[in-house]
Order: sequence, then structure tokens, then C-alpha cells
Amino acid sequence: MNYKYESQRVAYPFFIAAMLLFAGQIIFGLIIGAQYIWPDLLFPAIPFNIARMIHINLLVVWLIFGFMGSAYYLLPEECEGEIYSVKLALLQFWLFLIGGATAIVGYLFRWHDGREFLEQPTLIKVAIVIVVLMFIFNMIMTLIKGRKWTSISTVLLIGFLGLAVFYLFAFFKPANMVVDKYYWWFVVHLWVEGVWELIMAALLSFLLLKLTGIDREVAEKWLYVIVGLTFLTGIIGTGHHYYWIGTPAFWQTWGAYFSAFEMLPFAAMVAFSFKMVSKRTRSHPNRAAILWTVGASVLSFIGAGLWGFMHTLPQINYYTHGTQVTASHGHMAFFGAYAVIVLAMASYAVPNLRKLRPTHQKAEILAFWTMCVSMMFITLSLTGAGIVQVYLQRVLGMPYMETQSHMVLFYGLRLIFGATFAIGLGIYLYDFFFPCKGGECRSDA
Amino acid sequence: MTKASARNMFIGSTIVVSAILLVLTIKSHQSYPVRTHPENITAQVEWGKKVWEKHACIDCHTLFGEGAYYAPELGNVITRRGEDYVRTVLETDAIQGWGTTRKMPKFDLSKQDIDSLIEFFKWMNNVDTNNWPPNKEG
Repeated sequence: MNYKYESQRVAYPFFIAAMLLFAGQIIFGLIIGAQYIWPDLLFPAIPFNIARMIHINLLVVWLIFGFMGSAYYLLPEECEGEIYSVKLALLQFWLFLIGGATAIVGYLFRWHDGREFLEQPTLIKVAIVIVVLMFIFNMIMTLIKGRKWTSISTVLLIGFLGLAVFYLFAFFKPANMVVDKYYWWFVVHLWVEGVWELIMAALLSFLLLKLTGIDREVAEKWLYVIVGLTFLTGIIGTGHHYYWIGTPAFWQTWGAYFSAFEMLPFAAMVAFSFKMVSKRTRSHPNRAAILWTVGASVLSFIGAGLWGFMHTLPQINYYTHGTQVTASHGHMAFFGAYAVIVLAMASYAVPNLRKLRPTHQKAEILAFWTMCVSMMFITLSLTGAGIVQVYLQRVLGMPYMETQSHMVLFYGLRLIFGATFAIGLGIYLYDFFFPCKGGECRSDA
Repeated sequence: MTKASARNMFIGSTIVVSAILLVLTIKSHQSYPVRTHPENITAQVEWGKKVWEKHACIDCHTLFGEGAYYAPELGNVITRRGEDYVRTVLETDAIQGWGTTRKMPKFDLSKQDIDSLIEFFKWMNNVDTNNWPPNKEG
């Protein structure tokens, strides 16, 4: 395997940055996981709120780096033409990296805003918008100049346009906290349960096309079914966040009926990937990439689909809302859907960009299983913590702090599996950065 | 099903559900005068919200169940603990921080900040949350 268009190589730094920031995310995840057990850890230098905002902001930044890198790799092959401007792509890469790094370092010095996940100071928010617009401009020009405009490109473009448009709600900060919360979800929900799923589905379709050699018409039909289900269920599904935050009670009906079906697009992705892999017309040597690709559909179905459904009905959510049950869902959903799809793209694209033939993949497959099994147990640990919390605090009415003392066992388990996850990531990153150490390594060049 | 019909269903359903979201958004706005008492959002409440954001309280606490789960829910803290207790916590925090099994950093809170935060919590306390949380412990 090899890259086909010279400009695809611009994807490489995006994947490198994504992996480094991913490592940073996990370090801060371990810190906050440990602070649940040892509250004095790093206190007061890096208190929980700062470490947590870094943990999640790093996640978002590395995923967007991964999405952009994936797009730069995918677009030339899809539209059969070079990237419109490699220089613009590189400029946009450095701006995003500097902006992201400034935000993270700034957090350590208490330079931050105060809305969950949108802690970026206004200046950084403006920079993010500029970077994303540069990226989208480059993407659209590439598509216009290219010979083909495929459905995968279209869905990917809608995904990125949505990412840019809905981020604009981050600038709206009304004095009424209820209105604030209402539109905050236009960024958060319409990203992760809306337009990001389009990006994921487009990448999944591209990977399945390349890895299994299936018919494009069939793949693109599936793609439209998946994204149709995503928007059909997910847009009004926003209502499952509007049960208890001061918004009207009618959301309990609308939110429940629509969000209950939010697992359908994920179920369709599972069916799609299994069907395509079982009908494959070629045996692709990059087995790790196939594993990550199928893994993304399965784990997103578990994390976003099943764990989301578990607490999406208002009758249940009344008791689980704002407990560790939500945290358990958040971990598996973000990892399964977005982290794994970026890792799948990296697994497929990076060996091609390096002109290496993926012949020896034991380390990467070991990393896959270590990380995925660890994340499953992190999720189960937090679910256990959540069940205890719901029963003691919400059913019996025990005070919050007293409840927490009964959850330490589960926090301990979560930290242990966090550590095994970090070991898996270490194996993955060693293999990623030193691909020719230890195993055979053949170059196509 | 053909690819074209799948695409048309994607476009059609997106338009329909987006229109419904828009209508429900307008209806939500119409409910806020009753549910959230915007007439009670004084300059002090506004400042309280800014103090809340300045210290990223949401990255430890929850507010109406949203936020981090490291520290107690504060949307109903006035009902649970009363104004005097909340004031004691904030005044103590401004001098030496608060808490043992969960540590609240010592924040730079002036008297005006503390008064405003309490007014903000009092306003939040009166928002109609459809009877959530299930009990006063949050």
C-alpha cells in the first residue's frame, strides 16, 4: 500500500499531533481518576476542575486533529485530485496546534472560561473558528477542483460544516442560566450526537470501501441510511437533555420518543461493517485497521447506543441524571465512537503515508484489545459506582459526601483499569512512533 | 432501496426534524417567563453567574445535574443547606479552602462575589425543574 496523491502526506502531522495529545488526555485522566481516591494529589497546584477541563479539552482537540487528518488523507482519493492548498493545510495545522497548546497551558494558569467543555477563552474560541473555516475552505476548494464529488465527501463536508456552525453557539452567553444551558447543548449534543456522527459514518464507509473492496454504490446507500437515522433521531433527541434544567415538560415526551431510537444509527453501523467485512472481495493485509474499524462500530453501539439508551427515558433519568451513570456512558461513547474511528483511520492511513507494508501487527492488535477491554471495565466500574449513588443518594436520600464514601471500591477499580488502558496506549504509541522496532517491516518504496 | 432514495430520506427527515426542533425551541422560550422568573435576574445574579464561571465551578459540581460529579449538586443548595450555611462555606473557602475528602481550592472571593453567588443560587433554586432532584440531597 502507498498513498496515491502527493498532497495526502499533509495528513501525517495531524495524526502525529492527535496521538501526542491523546497521551496527554490519558495522563490527566489518570490524575483526576486518582483524585477521586487521594484528594490531596497535586492539590492545590492542579485541582480537579482544572485537570478535568484539560482531560476533556485534550480529547476534543485530538479528535478534531484526527478528523482533519483523516479528511486530508481521504479527500484526494475520493475526489481524485490533490488537496487545494497544502500550504493552507500546514498553516491551519500549526495555528490549531498553537491555539490548542495555549489553551491547555492557559488552563494551568487559570486562564479559562467557565462553561463545561467550552472553557476556551473567547480569544481561543475565535482562533478555533478561524482554523475550522480555513480547513472547510480548503476542503470545499479541493472538492470543486477534484474530478469526482462522492457521497462520502458530501457527508464528511456536512459533518464539518455542522461542526463549525454549531460551535458558534459557544459565543452566546445569556444571563439566564436556563437559556444558557439550552443553547449550550446545541454545541455539545448536536456535535456528538449529530454532526460528529456524520464524520464518523463517512470515515467508516471510506475504511470499509478500502479494506473490503465492496461496491461503492452499496456502501454509499448504507451511509445515507446511517446519517438519515442519525439526524432523524438525534436532532429532536436533544430533548433528552431538557428534562430537568428548567425547560418545559413537553421535552420529556419528545426527548424520550426520539432519543430512544438514537441507537438505530449505531446498530446500522454494526450491521454495515459486519456485512461488508463478511462479503469482502479482497483480503487486506492491514488486519489491525479492520479490527479498529469493526471495533468502532461495535464499541460505539455499546457506549453510545446501549449505555445511552439505559438512562435516556425520563422515568429512569429522573434518578440517574447527574450521577456516575452519566460518566460511564460518556467514557464508552466517546472512546467507542470517536477515539476508535480516528485510531482506525490512523491505523489504515499512517502505514501508507510512511510507505510501509503492514506485515507484523501483533503489537497494535494487542494494544487494541488492551485498550478496548480496559475501557469496557472502566465503564462497568463507573456504572457500578452510579448504581450505588442512585440507590443511596436518590432513592434513600443520603447526603452526597456520605454516598461517595460508599463508592470508593468502584473508583479504585476504575483507576486500575485506567492504568491498564494507559499501558495499552503505551503499546499502541510505541508501535505508532517506532513501527519498525521489534517486528519485520517492509517498505514498498 | 436505492442510494438516491436513501439520500432523499436523509434530506427530507432532516428538514422535518429541524423544523420541529425550531418550533419546540420557540415554545421553550415562551415558557421561560413562568418557569425561570427572568424578572428576578438582578445585576447581582448576573455577577454571581460570572463568578460561577470565573472559577469553573461546573468542572467539579453539578448544576441541575450537569457538570462534573466530583462535588455536590448546587442547583438546590439553598433548599438543602440554607443561605447561612452556604455563606459560611464560601467565606471559609476564601480564607483557607474547603473540604477534606473532596478539596475545594481556595478561591479569590470578595464579599461582593459571595453575596452575588448566593443570589445566583437563590435564583437557581426557584427555577421550575419538573420536580428534580428526587430529594433535597441533590
